[in-house]
Amino acid sequence: MIAFLLKRTANAAFVMLAVALLAFLIFRFFGDPVEMMVNEQATLQDRIELRERLGLNDGFVTQYTRFVTNAVQGDFGISYRNQQDVMVLIKERFPATFELVLVATVISLVVGIPAGVITAVYRDSRLANMLQLGSIIGVSLPSFVVGILLILAFSVSLGWLPAFGRGDTVDIGWWSTGLLTPSGRAALILPALSLSTFQVTLVMRLVRAEMLETLRADYIKFARARGVPKARVQWRHALRNCLMPVITLTGMQIGNLIAFALVTETVFQWPGMGMLFIQAVTFVDLPVMAAYLLIVSFIFVALNTLVDITYAWVDPRLRDDTARGNG
Amino acid sequence: MSDIVLDVQNLRVEFPTRKGVLTAVDDISLQIRRGEILGMVGESGAGKSMTGMSILGLLEPPGRIAAGTIHLSGDRIDDLDDRAMQAVRGRRIGAIFQDPLTSLNPLFRVGDQLVETIRLHTDLDKAAARERAKDLMREVGIPAVEERIDSYPHQFSGGMRQRIVIALALCAEPELIVADEPTTALDVSIQAQITALLKRLCRERGTAVMLVTHDMGVIAETADRVAVMYAGRLAEIGSVDDLVRRPRHPYTTGLMGSIPSLRKDVEELQMIPGSMPRLNAIPAGCAFNPRCAHAGPRCRADVPRIAREETTGAACWLAQTGSVDTAPLTQGEIA
Repeated sequence: MIAFLLKRTANAAFVMLAVALLAFLIFRFFGDPVEMMVNEQATLQDRIELRERLGLNDGFVTQYTRFVTNAVQGDFGISYRNQQDVMVLIKERFPATFELVLVATVISLVVGIPAGVITAVYRDSRLANMLQLGSIIGVSLPSFVVGILLILAFSVSLGWLPAFGRGDTVDIGWWSTGLLTPSGRAALILPALSLSTFQVTLVMRLVRAEMLETLRADYIKFARARGVPKARVQWRHALRNCLMPVITLTGMQIGNLIAFALVTETVFQWPGMGMLFIQAVTFVDLPVMAAYLLIVSFIFVALNTLVDITYAWVDPRLRDDTARGNG
Repeated sequence: MSDIVLDVQNLRVEFPTRKGVLTAVDDISLQIRRGEILGMVGESGAGKSMTGMSILGLLEPPGRIAAGTIHLSGDRIDDLDDRAMQAVRGRRIGAIFQDPLTSLNPLFRVGDQLVETIRLHTDLDKAAARERAKDLMREVGIPAVEERIDSYPHQFSGGMRQRIVIALALCAEPELIVADEPTTALDVSIQAQITALLKRLCRERGTAVMLVTHDMGVIAETADRVAVMYAGRLAEIGSVDDLVRRPRHPYTTGLMGSIPSLRKDVEELQMIPGSMPRLNAIPAGCAFNPRCAHAGPRCRADVPRIAREETTGAACWLAQTGSVDTAPLTQGEIA
């Protein structure tokens, strides 16, 4: 197990180095940072000094090493636009995105898994057909359309829920959470629903496919032959064997959700990292863009690694590869 | 006749398909008494597993029992709904499936699977059920039970897993065990152990067993009586001794000839020419007639049957009437 953990961690570190290289190259080749930082009246001398101070005259490897070293310590430089530490900006915005993605993921599992089981178990029932139809709509509608429709229905027409913003937040240390205030929770519902639409259908379809496969397995028939009630066989014995791919999918998709939150955050004016990134793009705020790239990739890689480790936890067969045998 | 545990009468299992109805089991009647082991033998697709699954009420849709009755110790079970059948499965009928590698749920500890089954069928609490699970594991010959009860199926070898499956089948002391090819997936050396174990446990408890297999060797060693199936029909039924020594149906004769023997000094194993017909192309008359060396006109016209009340018999015109000529027409048919 320890060897496995080490191996996975090493893989993850390697991937992150590659991503860092990419982010670093953005710095190097998308315009000259010096040009962007100085004002128009700066003399050539000023520019040369700044260039020297920023270490831009050092060799490629030295600069890359410095970039990685700083990034590891959470130092992504100063935002060109508002002259603030990039990490501080991200820290401010990250909780909003994280809570949005978390709630969207929970929704996708809580709705998607039972829906998947139902469509697999009662294959030709009216409910199953309706869910199937709904899932096609869910897959095909772009999330910004879903978001706008939700706003139209629940904010504009019914006036039940806020259409934008995050509501009131409470600070716990540096983490600002909207989960503890009524307005924060209300503001979270629509964006989370909109972000999870695609995810719900994905989980549902995956669970359905896996269930159909698993229900044909011998141990399901044998469980029935032991007298285990049908519902228990379906929801306990079969479903548990379907959860592995769901874990993978969810893990992988959390990364995607963070990335796609960009669209949802724009629609709902949600003050998260996606909004920060969109603003950074508009102003060619390279340090913020690089930091966003690195942090989102880090979350991707970390989740993938976690998923692999969770595998070992859910499936005992992967836990130890020393299957004992004395027949 | 109160010791008859399983009484199957004129069972017919059909599979409606797009191209018409396939008859997987055609008019099977058989009985198993308390403590008796009935071997069901035949080629793949002969309908022996299908018969076993109908008894368990686990036919895969669209398969269904189209005719006939199944009685378990006098209670009719073929017409029970799924809920009522749940109380029969595992409690009154135990099951053992072919492949122990796939019969156990890989994600549950064997102890939990045993405890689950025990608690479904008895009033024992968790701790008592666990004790009972340990007893059962000991009884089926699992060493170091205290330690192994919390192991997962993959941590057991094939033979050990089949022992667990047997323990699962015995959880509620059923009256009948349907064992569907219990040794087919195992090493030859393990096969004998498992059959011996199954035989001993059932003898001790007086459990009736339907032992489905295509291995005549297993049957000869284990069973008291044998039912030979061919293309969904019963070809011959009788005691093991009779069938092995004096087979009456040409198909049984062929099966016996195909058992390898160390004692007999035969150069080549006998082989039955041809293969079993598909269910959608069963020939008229005796299903075996195209492969039979003795087939005559009557075999191609009329289906031979074993009378339901007979415990011994062969569905063969030659064996039954001594002739394969066309049956003499009766008065009614002439008119």
